[in-house]
Amino acid sequence: MDHSFLSIARNALSGHEGWPRAWRDPPLQPAYDAIVVGAGGHGLSTAYHLARDHGIRRVAVLEKGWLGGGNTARNTVTIRANYLREPSMRFYAAGIRMWEGLSRELGYNVMFSQRGQVDLVQTWAKLRDVKRRQASLRLLGVPFDVITPREAKARVPLLEIDAPSRMPVLAATWHPTAGVARHDAVAWGYARAADAMGVDIVQDCPVAAIRREGGRVVGVDTARGFVAAPRVALCVSAHAGVLAATAGFRLPIETVPLQAFVSEPLKPVLDTIVNIPHLATYFSQSDKGELVIGGGADGYPSYAPRGSFHVVEEAVGAMLSLFPALRRVRMLRQWAGSIDLCHDITPLLSPSPVEGLHLSVGWGSGGFKAIPIGGKALAHLVATGTPHPLAEHLLLSRFERGRPLFETAGASNRL
Amino acid sequence: MLSITCPHCGPRAEVEFTCAGEPVRRPDATAPMDGAALAAILYERDNVRGPHEELWWHRHGCRTWFRVVRDTRDNAVLP
Ligand SMILES: Cc1cc2nc3c(=O)[nH]c(=O)nc-3n(C[C@H](O)[C@H](O)[C@H](O)COP(=O)(O)OP(=O)(O)OC[C@H]3O[C@@H](n4cnc5c(N)ncnc54)[C@H](O)[C@@H]3O)c2cc1C
Ligand SMILES: [Zn+2]
Repeated sequence: MDHSFLSIARNALSGHEGWPRAWRDPPLQPAYDAIVVGAGGHGLSTAYHLARDHGIRRVAVLEKGWLGGGNTARNTVTIRANYLREPSMRFYAAGIRMWEGLSRELGYNVMFSQRGQVDLVQTWAKLRDVKRRQASLRLLGVPFDVITPREAKARVPLLEIDAPSRMPVLAATWHPTAGVARHDAVAWGYARAADAMGVDIVQDCPVAAIRREGGRVVGVDTARGFVAAPRVALCVSAHAGVLAATAGFRLPIETVPLQAFVSEPLKPVLDTIVNIPHLATYFSQSDKGELVIGGGADGYPSYAPRGSFHVVEEAVGAMLSLFPALRRVRMLRQWAGSIDLCHDITPLLSPSPVEGLHLSVGWGSGGFKAIPIGGKALAHLVATGTPHPLAEHLLLSRFERGRPLFETAGASNRL
Repeated sequence: MLSITCPHCGPRAEVEFTCAGEPVRRPDATAPMDGAALAAILYERDNVRGPHEELWWHRHGCRTWFRVVRDTRDNAVLP
């Protein structure tokens, strides 16, 4: 079923009760050509690309809860490419190009809105850093400009730059191709498109263990019994370490809470994303009018998706120091996700120590933007056994080679 | 906010502390070590889901380092 103007009009006339299911609810088969564990954005995008790019359609996506209910449902949807390291810039820039065509490709409106991002610079060291990023990003064809505080104020009229401040705004950056998208629609769009190509998405089916024979993966043990497959992709974010342990290895990953919250709905006051890296907070305004606000990660490992209140207080305090006009806005709700932070803040898209078992983990506070490119790159790795050319910096082997790739651009550490 | 009990100062608010995560055993400095062994020590973690032994530092208090066992499923500090 396509979502055309005509079909929407026709269904409106029948009270929207005639829409067919967007994907099947298939029974679990005893064996598949490939199993993807976790139906978050990355798992679904990986299954979609396995079927579409590589013709591997006997694929199951096994999800312990409901599809798109993990961090994909809990994130603040910032999509950008202004990362610290060149391979990261290249990877996320290719990601943005995929987002630009995604609604059309999936036949599903993911509401990608390239409203641009303003980052505020409050130290001289950061100013040198963004000037370097500007040069590197320009070489890659990514628009990213250092602008003056006045130019930032013109883009974000709410910003206060004239009041005396302990950390005045020295400069800002403007990243016009950054944007936001509708998180649920991304999961649903990929699920629908993958299902249409024959991928089985099996929800309410937790994987308890990875089964290996010798050095090779042979399948997974689920709540509904053993399922065989010669290739398994692990896309379970926070829970990767738990499943890795069942296959006998460890990861350079820690699971920590990351919180976000929204304000009561306001009239349109902000039409870009604003990031305040020095004070660890960022926000944008949703189509419903809520300010969607994120802070830093909590300071301890935890699988409990909540967090400490002082983290929220710090984010709000930081926001008000530069946006005093928002002083009387009330907050509506708060939530957290358990994020998978890799030691160097760079994710892993990599073979594992077990042959046939591949990993997509460590996306931490920044993996929503990578759902299209990450799924494409992981499908390439699973199907061909070789890393995607844009993802060679994401291999687990970088740690034993003594070459971690330190990023600093996550919400957890947004400098 | 968590309440953490410092062995010296008693129960105090989480903001007074820094959590340093899983304790790592220092390797024998004289033993030969390859990249994989070093990576296992420097970077890999058990990342336990359940009772988790971890190091805390009373940074804004008496500056003692100590161990806490906390359940990472619900953050309850265990005796
Ligand atoms: C508060 C917050 C704000 C964020 N903001 C941004 C942002 O602005 N921009 C950005 O790019 N990213 C952001 N992120 C990060 C982003 O949400 C994640 O990196 C991304 O959604 C990860 O997708 P995923 O598919 O890897 O994981 P998930 O969406 O978490 O999916 C993993 C799935 O695996 C399932 N699973 C787990 N264990 C098992 C098992 N044993 N068996 C079967 N299934 C299992 C889970 O139920 C889940 O559905 C944010 C995250 C949070 C929490
Ligand atoms: Zn103390």
